[in-house]
Formats: sequence, C-alpha cells, structure tokens
Amino acid sequence: MRRKNKSNVRVLGAKAQDKKYNERVEKVYDRLCSIISSKEVAMYKIVRKEKLSDKIYLMDVEAPRVAHSCLPGQFVIVKIDDVGERIPLTICDYDREKGTITIVFQSVGASTTRMADLEVGDSFMDFVGPLGNPSDLCVEENLDEVKKKKIVFIAGGVGTAPVYPQVKWLKEHGVDTTVIIGARSKDILFYEDEMREVATELYVATDDGTYGFHGNGCQQLQALVDDGKSFDHCVAIGPMIMMKFVCLLTKELGIHTIVSMNPIMVDGTGMCGACRLMVGDEVKFACVDGPEFDGHLVDFPQAMARSAQYKTEEGRKMLALQEGDTHHGGCGNCGGEK
Amino acid sequence: MAVDVLKKVPISEQDPKVRATNFDEVCLGYSKEEAMDEAARCINCKNAKCITGCPVSINIPGFIEQVKDGNFEKAYEVISESSALPAVCGRVCPQESQCEGKCIRGIKGDPISIGKLERFVADYACNNGIKPKANLNKNGHKVAVIGSGPAGLTCAGDLAKAGFDVTIFEALHEAGGVLVYGIPEFRLPKEDVVAKEVENVKNLGVKIETNVIVGKSITIDELIEEENFEAVFIGSGAGLPRFMGIPGEQAMGVFSANEFLTRNNLMKAFKDYDTPIWHGKKVVVVGGGNVAMDAARTALRLGADVHVVYRRSEKELPARVEEVHHAKEEGVVFDLLQNPTEILTNDDGYVSGIRIIKMELGEPDESGRRRPVEIPGSEYEIEADTVIMSLGTSPNPLISSTTKGLDVNKRGCIIATEDTGATSKDGVYAGGDAVTGAATVILAMGAGKQAAKGIIEHFK
Repeated sequence: MRRKNKSNVRVLGAKAQDKKYNERVEKVYDRLCSIISSKEVAMYKIVRKEKLSDKIYLMDVEAPRVAHSCLPGQFVIVKIDDVGERIPLTICDYDREKGTITIVFQSVGASTTRMADLEVGDSFMDFVGPLGNPSDLCVEENLDEVKKKKIVFIAGGVGTAPVYPQVKWLKEHGVDTTVIIGARSKDILFYEDEMREVATELYVATDDGTYGFHGNGCQQLQALVDDGKSFDHCVAIGPMIMMKFVCLLTKELGIHTIVSMNPIMVDGTGMCGACRLMVGDEVKFACVDGPEFDGHLVDFPQAMARSAQYKTEEGRKMLALQEGDTHHGGCGNCGGEK
Repeated sequence: MAVDVLKKVPISEQDPKVRATNFDEVCLGYSKEEAMDEAARCINCKNAKCITGCPVSINIPGFIEQVKDGNFEKAYEVISESSALPAVCGRVCPQESQCEGKCIRGIKGDPISIGKLERFVADYACNNGIKPKANLNKNGHKVAVIGSGPAGLTCAGDLAKAGFDVTIFEALHEAGGVLVYGIPEFRLPKEDVVAKEVENVKNLGVKIETNVIVGKSITIDELIEEENFEAVFIGSGAGLPRFMGIPGEQAMGVFSANEFLTRNNLMKAFKDYDTPIWHGKKVVVVGGGNVAMDAARTALRLGADVHVVYRRSEKELPARVEEVHHAKEEGVVFDLLQNPTEILTNDDGYVSGIRIIKMELGEPDESGRRRPVEIPGSEYEIEADTVIMSLGTSPNPLISSTTKGLDVNKRGCIIATEDTGATSKDGVYAGGDAVTGAATVILAMGAGKQAAKGIIEHFK
C-alpha cells in the first residue's frame, strides 16, 4: 500500500516536470510515511467512556495484546499523545474476546485532566502492558491454597477499580471474598453494584456517613472483627495513606496484608528505577518486583514522600488543601510522613 | 591550504560556553572539503588494522578512498555493507580504542578521524536522500527481534537484507532503545539522526511494533508457537539500574542516571513536554562512564553546578576521551579518587549534601585496573541537592524468567555464543547488553551482526 502511494507521488511529480518540486513532494511524503509507519500498529481506540463520579472516569480501550495476556493485579502504561506523560494505571477489567482493557482514573494532574477530555472514538497514542506481576491470589497454581484462606479486600477511593478484577477472578474460581469499599462520601462511590455481584459479602463505608457504615475502611474492618468475623488474608488497594493505616490495623489484628503500590514511574519496565521502594531491608522496583507487596514490610512514610517528589511547591500546597483533614503528609511541608 | 599529514583536520564544535546552555549538537561535523582533506591523509594500508578494530568490520580504507575522491554516495554504499547505523556510530563509538586506536597514522601523528568521516558520509547520505537498498528477494522465513536498540536494529537490518521477514518488538513507545532514551540530544540528535536511521532500517522491509513488552504482552514461546516466528533474537538491553547501598539513597533528589536521562531524552522534559524533570542547582553524578558524562552534561544544561565523583583516577575513567574532554570544557568538575559514603538529607527527606571519602589506587583487581582503596579519616562533606547514580545496570529478568529453557549466567545475563549469538534454546539468539551487561552501542551492534549471521546460517 505504501509503495503504491509512493509511485503515485512520483507520477504527480513527473507530470509537473519540475525536479525541485518533485523532490519537495518526496521529502514531505517521506516525512508523512515515517509518521504513519511509526504508528503502523498502534493507536488504541476508546470504545466506552463513563463518568463514575465527579472526577473519576472509566474507559474501555482496544488493546488486544494486553487483553490477551493480562491477569488481575497487573497494570498498563498509557500515553495520550507526543507530549504526554507515561501514566501507570492498574487494570480494572479485561475482555479477552473483544480485546479491550478497562481503566479507571481520577483527573488530578495535567495529564489525567487531558485524558478525561478524550471521548469514545478517540485513541491513546500508546498503551502498553500488562506490566508488573499478577496478584498471587489470581494464579491458577495457587488456587488450592487460596481456597483455604479467609480473604478480605479493602478498597479505598479509586482503588475500588483494581480490586474488582481480583474479586471477580476469585468468584469465577469458586473462592469466597469479603469486600469493604471505603469512600469519602456517597457521591464519589462507584462500582458498588458490580462489586456486589462478585463479592460474597460487600460492605460500604463512607467517611461522612452519607451511605453505609459511618467511618473509613479501617473502622469497618475493626467493626467486622469486633462482630466476631475473622480473616487471615487482607488485600488493601487505594491511596498510600489509606494502605498505611490499614497495615497498621491489620498488623495489630495479625492479618497478613498485601498492598498494591503506585509510586512514580517512567518506563515501567525495570529500566529507570524511579519506582523503587523499601520493602523490609530490600530495595524493590514496583514495576518488576510488584506492584503488590507485603504491606507490613513496606516503608510507607518514605514511599509517600517519594510520591510527592515532582510536585511543585504549589502542587504540594494543593495536595494538602484537597486532602483537608485526611492529609497526613506527602506534601513535603507538614512532615506528616514521619 | 597545505595539509600537515601528521595532524588531523580540526572539526568545528559549538563554543563550550554557548553549548553548556543548549541541547543542540556539540560537534558540527566536517564540510565536504574538510572531509576530503582528512580522507587524503589515509595511506590506504593493504593490511588495514583499522578494520580489525571495528566490531562490525566496516571496510574503512575502502570508504575513505571514496571520500577522498568526492564519491560520497559510493562511500555510503561501502559503509552500508557492514553497518546499519553509520550516523549513530560516527557520533558515539569509542573510536580511540577501536578503529582509530589501530590506525597506522596514529603511531607518529594523529590517527585518521575515521568516526568523523563516517558521520560525514552518513549525514551526506541522509541530506541527499540516499538510502540503503531493500532486498526484494524474500526467503519467507519470519524472525522476531526483541528490542529496537543498536543490537536489534543491526540484527534486523542484516536479516532483512538477506531476505528475511523481520518484525522488531519494542517495549517503549518509540523505536531506538538507548539511542532514544539514553544518549542525549546534544550528542545524538533524535529527529535528524536516530529517527532517520530507524527509518532506513524500516526501508529495508523491517516492521517495528512499539508498546510490546516481550515476557509480558507476549512470551517468546508464544511468538514461536502462536505467531509462527521461526527464530527470535533477544536484544533487550541492560536493565535495572544499580545503586550503591549507602545510607540516604532513597531520599528525594537521588536518581538513577537512567531515570534522569529517560525523563530528559525519551520524554523530552527539556522541551517542556508533560513529564517533569528535577532541576537541581548542585548536582553530584557518581560514576565515570559515558552514561555518567551524559547525565552530568544534561544536568549542566538544565542549569546546575555539576561534580562528577569517581573512585579511580582520570586514566581509568571508562568514558570516551572526547566526552570527558567536552564535559570539562563545559564546566563539569571532576572529583577523582573519591567515593560517596552517605547521602545527607534535610528534615523533609530531600538531599542536602553528600559525604565523600578519598581513595588511592592499590593492587590491580580482576579487571586489570588498580583497585581503589579508601584513605582512612579523609571523609568530608559537600553541599548538593541532587545525586545521580550512574553505576551500571543489572539484567532485567522479564525475558529470562518467562522463557523456558533459556539459560542465564550467575549474574543473570543471557548465555549466548559469541560467534553466532545462539542461546541454550533452539532458534533463540541473543546479543548486546542483555548478554554482556552494560557496554557500548557498537559492541551491541557487533553482537547483533554476529547473531544475524548465525540465524542466516541456521536457515541454510
């Protein structure tokens, strides 16, 4: 096809009988070719978009290679266009037949705000994955062991999305789960119905008491334990601050806890080391060693501080403001990390 | 103008003071006349030692002969027989230890500027629309190449020339590997040089699929069983950055050179793209290789005072002589025979300084270089807000851990024979940093070339 076009251009040029003109046309053509061919296979089309709450969006994106091989717990990196950042997002669902991946994101920074402006029919320029390791719970070989566990998931905010595929996978494989969704308020709650369908038991907690249990995910877990429920495996996914507090509680309660870390990343393939964090005494790379780690070994204060590393002075102030009473560090100013 | 045959024709460069503030290319290259003058110094040795010094065995006297006579297109053809990336090699090869290091002219005077001539020929070809010719006689065999860096591009180019149907799988969003994410714009322009060389490889018939991470998106076994590739070449590059393991290394303001350079080069942070980069004022780069020089000179251009801390002496600096020379000219300070022992932080966890100990050279170690030994009691502190660790890399386990029957050595590098690139797995070949650990562009190209030969042989 490309060759054919090229000969057309040549004919045009020959007709013009103008060598210079011909050369110029060829140059432009070559440049176009290089742009087109560099994107020969690429372009990842958005086939569904939903606004889940004020700033939280869901998208189904065509990415057959990723959909072919991904498992719950893994992530993708998306890039809108030439100038965009590489943004890591945990996979929220996948359809192997349609070749689509579901992502959920919150528009907080410049890049995610631009992402929110994309509509059905638009495309991401780049969409790569699956990256990282699947959740240990969602691997066929571990199934016998996993079935013996009493598992509780605690999802915080946007973390509800990556919890969903794990719970769904476990249901499909006959494993019971208890799920707690924690949200600041009823109006930013999402995926409740979807989660109810796959979780054996679902509890919803809101910080302001506008819906379900009045309190956060930690307090809900404590309440369940107080009521005599027992768990021996916890998966917490959400903002780092929330995962940190879940880990403090589950350590007390003696529940083994896995967290999904979402540090700053650039390439996501184990090349840059931006995503390194301390787990126990070891330096780990979230992109190749994680993103899931033993939450009781993660150095959260350090991870949170590192996440704020590229925020401008202004950005950090904004963070403190947005988080209000729930702000516990990460701004680099208040010292709340320590 | 009378040419002193013992002296090389000087090359024009951007003024150090000016270039320290921009990302434009440092070296401006030869003009036609300068190139012909320089080529005329070549004595066209019958037993050309320079060729033996070249990892891809370019017929050096052959192309220089053509340059001397002004047949630049012909010169390009000679180079293209052996190299798929002449515009890159002319800029980044360590010529002083390869071709130019073996040049007979170099015994009494300056060796021929082979690298600069190669660059001139490649740039001439590019500016005049001269392209390598595609082989239209396809042999029908499908080969997958993993990674579009120097090893992958070379292997793919050679295979395409031999009639193979080649697809390169690249994990990042842009083809070129280290040429794109690692080596900075001022040393290797991305749009004018790298993109065009990649385009040339594509013109040979090679397909490049970006955003495919082999080992995750698809495994080597799946490429062979499901996508019908008959052979696979692994040129996936070096991998995870190393750190020193000293206190304070996780502080804010400590980066691997890979991160710093990737943000700047691949993500084009210096051009005000969306990806941010840390603008330090006092930057310490730890290490003495080419990557360290690149990181130092990048930080300098972003407005910092830069010190390079290296534990051995100047003689042992692994970087190319030209890079060290350029870095010094631009104002990078070299703190040699010194080594960091701790990174100091302020109350908020940001880098505030670095503690350094002085070293002296002791007995030679297994690498043949004299081992640096700490001088007790010589520690001192300097102020810094950024530390960039440039200490090499350790292999990325993504491919080796997902490919059955692919053996790695105790360091985690893929085991491959030197002459054919064959690994322990049938039909799977490897070369470049994935095999040797971090090395140079040209050595990776040499390995890609050997593997292409191995694969061609395999199908005979």
